[in-house]
Amino acid sequence: MSATFLLDGQPVSFEPGQTILEAARAAGRYIPHLCWHPDFPPHGSCKLCIVKVAGRHVSSCAMPAKEGWEVESDTPEMNGERRALLQMLFVEGNHFCPSCEKSGNCQLQALAYDLEMMTPRFNHFFPDRPVDASHPDVLLDFNRCIYCELCVRASRDKDGKGIFALTNRGIHKHLVVNAESGRLADTDFSADDMAANICPVGVILHKRVGFAVPIGQRTYDEAPIHLVAMRPEAAGDD
Amino acid sequence: MIEQRKLRVATVSLAGCFGCHMSLLDIDEHLFELLDRIDFDRSPLTDIKHCGPCDIGLVEGGVCNAENVHVLREFRANCRTLVALGACAVNGGLPAQRNHLDLGACLDEVYRSRPGLACAAVPNDPELPLLLDKVHPIHEVVRVDYFLPGCPPSGEAIWKFLADLVNGRTPRVTGPLLHFD
Repeated sequence: MSATFLLDGQPVSFEPGQTILEAARAAGRYIPHLCWHPDFPPHGSCKLCIVKVAGRHVSSCAMPAKEGWEVESDTPEMNGERRALLQMLFVEGNHFCPSCEKSGNCQLQALAYDLEMMTPRFNHFFPDRPVDASHPDVLLDFNRCIYCELCVRASRDKDGKGIFALTNRGIHKHLVVNAESGRLADTDFSADDMAANICPVGVILHKRVGFAVPIGQRTYDEAPIHLVAMRPEAAGDD
Repeated sequence: MIEQRKLRVATVSLAGCFGCHMSLLDIDEHLFELLDRIDFDRSPLTDIKHCGPCDIGLVEGGVCNAENVHVLREFRANCRTLVALGACAVNGGLPAQRNHLDLGACLDEVYRSRPGLACAAVPNDPELPLLLDKVHPIHEVVRVDYFLPGCPPSGEAIWKFLADLVNGRTPRVTGPLLHFD
């Protein structure tokens, strides 16, 4: 008999070494996340998967499950914390949904809907982040970057190209392109790369397909993210 | 039985496009139900110029100039419940897309350096309200009680929200009704 822990009062069994989030997922239980992806080791940066264990807040994507633990996830307290994290992500960048072609396919937006984020609450930063439209097939709109590093990890670990990186620290942190000129056109980036298809928000956009699927008929228009993310084919991207 | 007092509702469009007001009209026949329960105070629908004491204030649009600040403060002072209606009031929206640009450069671009202008000069009529350096969501200027995002919020979302509010429930707009675009 395998070991179990309690997730919001319901038993979840797990294999040794499985994280709380992995075990919950395997049991069909959704824990919100943005930077976690099944193909990569946990990153633990977005903190959306935060849960409460024995009075402590932990990232469930990085915390190995332990026998007998009582884990709180879908509670007003935890969802309130997640909402505050989303609000901070929204005010830090320029997330102007009405002009974004990712709207309806965006995980940040879908989580904000799911967690009923009605207001950004904090003061907006309105940072200046010029776009990079140099590449023939892909547009980079840095305004929406949430620093999940999924493109960094995909390009480095799966595509073997190492095209993206985060540079600087704290509030000055931002996504850069690994080229002398800093332009995506001067790399061997391809629209078929995993890194080109993994962005959970609207930074890495394929050109000429922006509104091929109309607003209102997109992934999270059809179903909320807590259902979409649990589909077997859901790999974390749209 | 005592007849219920009608609620007084004021509405205004600050740095908005009146799209949220159009969406309010999109509640169609619910307007009759609504008008059984409310009277409009200051609003583009009544053309009353100043807001009196009200139960509900619906504010469309963000704050982009000095007049917006005065109107918004008048709304806050007079409305028991103040609602940020639509994307611009909630987060600045489209007008706030100028926030990472220099205001002087924006004015130059629009009024002076565009080809084909008859008299290229930045308008400076004293009746024109002065622009703010940045466009602000209304919660950065006054306290806001409720937020209804959307560009614009759909008629259904506005009706659900207002029906909750006039019937004394905490307004809640969720699921397919909640949209940021």
